Amino acid sequence: MDGAEASPPSQETPPFLELRSLTKRFPGVVANDRVSLSVRAGEVHALLGENGAGKSTLVSMLYGLLQPDEGEILLAGRRVWIRSPKDALSLGIGLVPQHFLLVKKHTVAENVALGLPGVPFLAPTRGLEVQLRQLGERYGLPVDPRAYVWQLSAGEQQRVEILKVLVRDVRLLILDEPTSVLTPQEARGLFQVLRRMKEEGHAVIFITHKLEEVLEVADRVTVLRRGRVVATLPVAGASRARLARLMVGEEVAPPKAERTRPPGEPLLFVEDLWVKSDRGYFAVKDVNFEVRAGEIVGLAGVAGNGQSELIEALTGLRRPSRGWIRLGERDLTGRDARVYFEAGVAHVPEDRTHRGVVPSLSVAENLILKHYRYPPFARGPLLDRRAVRAFAADTVERYRVVAPSVDAPVRLLSGGNIQKLILARELYARPRLLVAAHPTYGLDVGAAAQVHRLLLAERDRGAAVFLVSEDLEEILALSDRILVIFDGKIVAELSPGEASKERLGLLMAGVAA
Amino acid sequence: MVESWWVSTLARGLAFSAPLLLAALGELVAERSGVINLGVEGMMILGALSGFAVADASGNPWLGVMAAAGVGTLAALLHAFFSITLRANTYVSGLALTMVGLGLSGLLGKPFAGRPLAHPLPKLDIPGLSSIPWLGPGLFQGQNALLYLALLAAFLLWYFLYRTRGGITLRSVGENPAAADALGVNVYLVRYLATAFGGAMAGVAGAYLSVAYRPSWTEGMTAGMGWIALAIVIFAAWDPLRAVAAAFLFGAFYHLAYRFQAHLPPEFLKMTPYLFTVLFLVLGALGKSVRLGAPEALGRPYVRGER
Repeated sequence: MDGAEASPPSQETPPFLELRSLTKRFPGVVANDRVSLSVRAGEVHALLGENGAGKSTLVSMLYGLLQPDEGEILLAGRRVWIRSPKDALSLGIGLVPQHFLLVKKHTVAENVALGLPGVPFLAPTRGLEVQLRQLGERYGLPVDPRAYVWQLSAGEQQRVEILKVLVRDVRLLILDEPTSVLTPQEARGLFQVLRRMKEEGHAVIFITHKLEEVLEVADRVTVLRRGRVVATLPVAGASRARLARLMVGEEVAPPKAERTRPPGEPLLFVEDLWVKSDRGYFAVKDVNFEVRAGEIVGLAGVAGNGQSELIEALTGLRRPSRGWIRLGERDLTGRDARVYFEAGVAHVPEDRTHRGVVPSLSVAENLILKHYRYPPFARGPLLDRRAVRAFAADTVERYRVVAPSVDAPVRLLSGGNIQKLILARELYARPRLLVAAHPTYGLDVGAAAQVHRLLLAERDRGAAVFLVSEDLEEILALSDRILVIFDGKIVAELSPGEASKERLGLLMAGVAA
Repeated sequence: MVESWWVSTLARGLAFSAPLLLAALGELVAERSGVINLGVEGMMILGALSGFAVADASGNPWLGVMAAAGVGTLAALLHAFFSITLRANTYVSGLALTMVGLGLSGLLGKPFAGRPLAHPLPKLDIPGLSSIPWLGPGLFQGQNALLYLALLAAFLLWYFLYRTRGGITLRSVGENPAAADALGVNVYLVRYLATAFGGAMAGVAGAYLSVAYRPSWTEGMTAGMGWIALAIVIFAAWDPLRAVAAAFLFGAFYHLAYRFQAHLPPEFLKMTPYLFTVLFLVLGALGKSVRLGAPEALGRPYVRGER
């Protein structure tokens, strides 16, 4: 760029990918502000940043889903324009998205054959099956090409996504938050695959907000904060603390789990609980446990092992087929969600944008979704708008919800702020039991810390907290007791002292330990 | 006596099922791409009128069939433009197409009404096969070439859907357009083509009525068959071979109802297609394959970057 000085070919080969001052603006925000970075062949380059730091925008531009407003993308020293995923693939850029883009009803081979150049019109998957087995062996990605995708675990589905990209002879592989759906063991397997690809001369961009992963697998790391590159540095010699500081911009204290008083009497009783899934089979099988007042019980498990159905049963959203749910002396089995709510059960749902809020309603309206029937918000059949707005203004400030105004629709809020809003609403009624599902999934470090503080405060106030999470660090840091669910059954109950990530990972995978 | 009952039910049921099958196969392809087109009835009646008009003017029934396919395609492209490109409500757009088709054909068809077609599509007797006991006379005697075309189309479509690259593309677009888009598939093009095919088939189905089955033009002669075709698609769980069975079942039912018309009030006969539609939808909804067979993105417009 700097004319004469930079151009002489004194430097070795140009980097495989180079971004120069890439800028992307959305109404009201600069999502990427003059982002420059380079990725070499045979390198795993981590892109580290909190949610909203601009990682996804950057990836979307690299994969042709968005067009940069300014700046250039160079591939092996030549300027390129990537206008669609098709362009990206033909340039040798492949993406493994965070939310898999697979056709669940189709086989692995059919998913790979989709849109693949050179596939014959008749019997399109025949040759592919052999090729997939070979690739799987070479990179350590075993998958049965004839299996249907809906039969596969999240880790296996991710392998299909990677194979889809590898089959296309991709030189640069972008992985967007690839470990968010994996068990620790599966994540380690993925890192092996990445090292293998590195050896084969591929360039890898690895997007994450987890520091350990950067330290474990990356060669260099670029830290993004609020759309800007804060630093690019080699991982060797970088410390966890330094990366955290760069990413967050301030020192974050880990939540202190020390309690002010011991747990009280058992409050939630779940006995012999059997719950069916939407597909009609038993997703929760013979589950028994208790949660005491002033106690956090964590439920660890890989997604899809019955957690969702259990949560829905515990909050009155799904009727159990058998068994009992009691809160204190009160039998709530088979009652509907409002009875649960009025009995003191609060719910932070796993799908926060679809179940937790009504995206098109305002912040204020969402805050009173559960309380609108009662004073001070209700005056007879009417709503007291002034009371609602005053409450909303106060709550937004207390919970530090960043919103344009209390009248703005909630869909404009970021995930972290939506979560704070949900917690504010659920905690307003001072619940006796809080069921929190993946409360910090996808949140940045700052927002996650605030959510953790709120959960601990609820515990100290004397509420029973049932925490369902796939984030084992979260489970280990907050829980007084840990249950592990596999295939609908509680397979272990551990104290935080006897639990470790490794042990939990094995239990979650159904391996007896 | 027993045999003649059976033969006539088979023969007439098949004859009556041909337009249902043709229209259902077309709609099946459109829905496999994720596009619902409630305009089947409208496209059929436009096909019936244009098929009759061209066959009448040219004296060649096959030209009529081709014209019907063309007109059906054009009508379907209108729906595609509204629902895929403009992302207007796909149900309203389809319903509008049905109403426009019924109204327009009534208006333009006035001069053709009550006139028999001089050269209809010939009925075929297939020598040898038609002498097979029980099946032969029903299947291979006096049937129309379009019936065999419809059956052939069903088998070809099944092969296309499940055994070819194009089939994978079409099904993927209907299941998960974002996945297809991310691999460089042109989602809009696939949906346009599938919708256009649906229109062509509906047009041919209409022509079957006016050029072959009852070679004449009557206002509203499709009599709700487009709706039955839509129900068949669902009842068949989006599978072409099951559609053959479902269409025949409808055809046979309808024929039986027709036979008993002396004992039934005429309103009941008019009601039967809709009654069967509701009945089949209920039966389908009770079965597992319909719930699990529906293309996941059915009726949802695709916008890149939205989830």
